[in-house]
Amino acid sequence: MCSLCGVIGGNEHWTDAVARPGVFTRNVERIDRRRERARRVSAANRALAAFGMSLSDWQGASFVLATRTGKSEVIEDLGHLWPAAERLSGRLCDPLDPVLIARMEEGRDD
Amino acid sequence: MTDIPAFTPVHLLTGFLGSGKTTLLKRLLTDPALSDTAVLINEFGEVGLDHHLVERIDDTMVLLQSGCVCCTVRGELADALRELHSKRERGLVPPFARVIIESTGLADPFPVLSTLKSDPVLRHHFRVGSVVTTVDAVNGQLQLDTYMESNRQAAIADRIVITKTDLCDVAPDTLITRLRQLNPDAICHIATPHGPDAETLFADGAVHRSAQLQSASGFYCDAPAALQTADGAVHRSAISSFVIVVDEQIDWTGFGVWLTMLLNRHGDRVLRVKGILNLSGEERPVAVHGVQHLVHPPVHMDAWPFNERASRIVFIVDGLDANLLKRSFNAFALAGKVEAHPQPEAAAQARNAQSP
Repeated sequence: MCSLCGVIGGNEHWTDAVARPGVFTRNVERIDRRRERARRVSAANRALAAFGMSLSDWQGASFVLATRTGKSEVIEDLGHLWPAAERLSGRLCDPLDPVLIARMEEGRDD
Repeated sequence: MTDIPAFTPVHLLTGFLGSGKTTLLKRLLTDPALSDTAVLINEFGEVGLDHHLVERIDDTMVLLQSGCVCCTVRGELADALRELHSKRERGLVPPFARVIIESTGLADPFPVLSTLKSDPVLRHHFRVGSVVTTVDAVNGQLQLDTYMESNRQAAIADRIVITKTDLCDVAPDTLITRLRQLNPDAICHIATPHGPDAETLFADGAVHRSAQLQSASGFYCDAPAALQTADGAVHRSAISSFVIVVDEQIDWTGFGVWLTMLLNRHGDRVLRVKGILNLSGEERPVAVHGVQHLVHPPVHMDAWPFNERASRIVFIVDGLDANLLKRSFNAFALAGKVEAHPQPEAAAQARNAQSP
């Protein structure tokens, strides 16, 4: 994400760059690429669930962020996730919120 | 002829008003090592003076005059760099291998770095080099007490140069201690008429970095135990730094979700994130390096610096609760937890996902 103007610019997001199978490939290793995207979706959903939202892969190209009432938005990468999540849910997504932390910790230990 | 690097490093020289930026720059520019350097000087005043003081007016010296680099001339900075690049390509200016920007004393250095990363032309030709901050031994303490910009400049620096020690009767030990608390991983130098030299301040070759146990992202992490700071009493400003050390493996995706979430909400208060991560499924350490909303692409390092596979992340924050941040990090980013407990919502999404 362009950190000055929000979205326009289309940088590769920093979270995209890690040497795991399926991260850099575009044309080969389709399964690995899908698996990597599924992992991202699942990691994001761990946090998004607290706000009543969920993320899904869209055609292996983008992600769709949706609320339980069906409002949805297409996002490109994790850099766009949280501004969109705050917009759709009308809530602040604060990782330092003690209630959210407690919820995530609970998810860890059961 | 100088070899033009694929990505020309852009170094930023910052420091509070009157802290000796121009003096340092003037001395550095006499160093033959910096002969192939383009210099951008930014001044806040109506009349630009600094470029006369530096005494090197040529085609690779550009004066950004219309205000402070951090707010008004972001576009002008991008234009000036693009212009320099274009002239270099056409052979109109001597080929330069690095750029030094001297910012105004009041500038928040972050937007300059951000400009480099986000401008569609610049980001393919330039990269962020070192941030060098000058701190005045005489007035530095007072400036740190009084001006937020001064704290930010110190907190964001890769290297700090303490100036005017010859005007000060006592050794600047308390100032250095203070700076260490603000920015534990910056290297402090004391300015003398002959040092530190340009090589020390601006070199960032691979050899230099590995010799310094420093990653390509500029991370410098020894003795994290000494970096723990007291709260409140010691710090008169709200800026504090702390280290998270974890032995457990970190899930990259969980970490990414967490850090993007943190930076989205608190980016202007997270002055710096630097770390070496022990990622699950990854043999080598990965270095991350972020300044406010801007995170550099992670870098794979060749080896662990201390034969100890523990993740270390240094945070320099402005008014955020360190303990809460550590708890939050543990809850979001540790590997075993992320994979063991997918949320039910994640599974439910599978039926919505369409295959191409």
